[in-house]
Amino acid sequence: MANILTAETVTKRFGGLTAVNTLSIEIPERSIYSVIGPNGAGKTTFFNCITGFYKPEEGDIVFNGRSILGLSSDQINIRGISRTYQNIRLFSNLTAIENLLVGQHPLMKATLFGPIFGTAATKREEKAALEESLRLLNFIGLAKKGDLLARNLPYGDQRRLEIGRALASKPKMLLLDEPTAGMNPNETEEMTKFIRHLRDELGITILLIEHDMRVVMGISEKITVLDYGEKIAEGTPKDIQGNQRVIEAYLGRGTAGQVNH
Amino acid sequence: MEQENTTSWWLTAIQLGLIGGVVAILASLIGMVESFHARDIIAGQISMGETLLLLIMIGFAYSSSRNEQSPISTRVTSGVITGVTISLTIVLFVMLGAVVNLRSIFVNASPTLYKILTLEISNTALAYVAIVVVGAIVSLAASLVHGATPFWKRVISSGFFIVLLLALLQDLIRITLTPFPFITEVLSWMFGRRGQEGLSILGAIVVFLIVAGVIYNDAKHGAARRARREALPEATKRTRRWVSWGLLGVFLLIWPRIAGPVLSDVTNSVGLYILMGLGLNIVVGYAGLLDLGYVAFYALGAFTMGVLTTTGGEIFFDVRWTFWEALPFAVIVAVLAGIMLGIPVLKIRGDYLAIITLGFGEIIRIMFLSDFLKPYFGGSFGIVSIASPTIGGIVLDSSQTLYYVILAACFVALFVAHRLRDSRIGRAWKAIREDEDVAQAMGINLTATKLLAFATGAAFGGLSGAIFAAKLSTVYPHSFTLITSINVLALIIVGGMGSLPGVIVGGLLLAGLPELLREFSEYRLLIFGILLIVMMLNKPEGFLPEAVHKREFHEDENLSHAAGG
Repeated sequence: MANILTAETVTKRFGGLTAVNTLSIEIPERSIYSVIGPNGAGKTTFFNCITGFYKPEEGDIVFNGRSILGLSSDQINIRGISRTYQNIRLFSNLTAIENLLVGQHPLMKATLFGPIFGTAATKREEKAALEESLRLLNFIGLAKKGDLLARNLPYGDQRRLEIGRALASKPKMLLLDEPTAGMNPNETEEMTKFIRHLRDELGITILLIEHDMRVVMGISEKITVLDYGEKIAEGTPKDIQGNQRVIEAYLGRGTAGQVNH
Repeated sequence: MEQENTTSWWLTAIQLGLIGGVVAILASLIGMVESFHARDIIAGQISMGETLLLLIMIGFAYSSSRNEQSPISTRVTSGVITGVTISLTIVLFVMLGAVVNLRSIFVNASPTLYKILTLEISNTALAYVAIVVVGAIVSLAASLVHGATPFWKRVISSGFFIVLLLALLQDLIRITLTPFPFITEVLSWMFGRRGQEGLSILGAIVVFLIVAGVIYNDAKHGAARRARREALPEATKRTRRWVSWGLLGVFLLIWPRIAGPVLSDVTNSVGLYILMGLGLNIVVGYAGLLDLGYVAFYALGAFTMGVLTTTGGEIFFDVRWTFWEALPFAVIVAVLAGIMLGIPVLKIRGDYLAIITLGFGEIIRIMFLSDFLKPYFGGSFGIVSIASPTIGGIVLDSSQTLYYVILAACFVALFVAHRLRDSRIGRAWKAIREDEDVAQAMGINLTATKLLAFATGAAFGGLSGAIFAAKLSTVYPHSFTLITSINVLALIIVGGMGSLPGVIVGGLLLAGLPELLREFSEYRLLIFGILLIVMMLNKPEGFLPEAVHKREFHEDENLSHAAGG
């Protein structure tokens, strides 16, 4: 399998603090890849480097054969990377459907004059976008909740809607930042299935940050462990579970394999 | 514990009363009571000034009797204590005024004011007693209403409100209905003889009874009637909708005939404000970019129109275009300015954006005022002899004809704003308003989207300004101060951010009412301020908040609409 995303010696500093230190990662196409590590290990910072929120000081990030370093986050989205956030960031005063419609923004063409004059092309596009939103709504299991404001949805639905919004732009790769945070075991189970489903059905590469070790070990094909911004281990779930450095990094919170928060 | 609770409620009541008293005295000392006194609400009986004082009493007594779980007797007592305290404060003030000459400091502490406050009773002791009695009765009534059932609460508050409204707007009503002799007859009975102001006592009672009847009827049959209307076939509903829109259209078309020149002029001002409100609503309401310098686009539109069409004075550009030739240029200049403002502020958010745009508005005004550009824009003398629009040889120079130009412009702006609201760009604007970073990560190009918002908003401002110039046929830099920007912003906040009906209601309230009620104009800013504070505390989303657009359950209708027309 070819690699869809390659990070080469990526380094991000905030003043004197090196949040991500010479990190290299190769993510195969159509894989489920996890990044784990204790709090403050630099996982989210790494996500922000990939999606263009931050620009790394050193290194390069290559997506689909082309460097995306220095691109703005909208351009990176257009290249095919979509993401969700650790603390849900929906457009909370828009309805669920509107959130999904905004997600389709880069795929649509209408600007000012199409909608004003109501051209046939614009109407066709709007109609298709609405149908796609309703389809997505079904796919994420939010049918009949499409007209609710995002902020009025239950927590689990918000998480799923955020994934739906990310899917709306038809990404090649999806970055999920702690998708099961704050969920009970049942919801977590469901979310795990859903993520696997995304990869199997839609062929989307998944890059995951997760704290729940059961989830990580259950669905990841490959795992990278970060500590203080550095990669301390990499491999299959099995490799990671037995890795001495990983156990040390998590020590004090429990032994590896049972760490769960 | 029990003891503490029982003492605290009447202490709170007295405290509220003291605050109310101070508010009443303040309203008196700044001259509000006296200047409002000139207008009668009930002819010869109760003036607007007295109503103001009564409203203060009612308001404070009402909130004093609001004490959650306490028994009704406690609540009523609490309200009355507050009312009487307000009265006593006023009595103290009048006593003080009799001893000390307050007028040396407060120019408004005139003999007339004392006369109003003492209910025009010459016997001092009797007057004091009367004030307290009035306070007690009014606050008793207010607190009883608070304890009443929702139905009676609605009847009394609506009746009260509508009587007040009719009395305030009687000029408007009288002028509008002059062409209909029968109604004039009814009116003269309701309002008393011409020249007299305010409702007659009988008129007030009749209005109150009608309102009560309507509400009673609605409470009894309203739900059933609405259900029946809902059950009608789709085609009938559509026809009815078209008929009501048609009636509204006809009304709007004949309005200047009904209203006459003066009211038409007021309508035109309201129309220009609504036009600006629609533009600013795109920038602030849709895209969430707080713009305090919106007047700049209004000024640019007006001055472009002035420069290109003027036929008088020594003006540099002597092109003498017609209104219609110059109009597109006025809009284009405003759009370009919108983009020029937009580019440097792309990365600036919130408070900082507000400050920068505020500066921009002032820069444009000062630019037009400057000596350096005087040869082009006439400095503080402005530009005179600006062309009026003409259609087929008819010059639209009166308020009654210019009305149609403004109406058309408002319709174009409404249409554009409505079409854009639920389009790809409109959604991108709202996404930016909600969360700029996430919007960008969803593939929205912030630069293009924000500039489009600034440009579209500026276009409406420029259009409004161009018509404004033609309306006055002169433009001066002094017409384009910060206060205009603030008025437009207040209009969309009061109406409801992002809501199109809200802009219209906001425009009627904030631009229309002050024109109709001249007594208010001096206290316009004070009233705006109070209105905004009350709005922010009680209804921060505005009078007519942005409606949630239902798509899922009206899916079929929506799709056929999108496909068909």
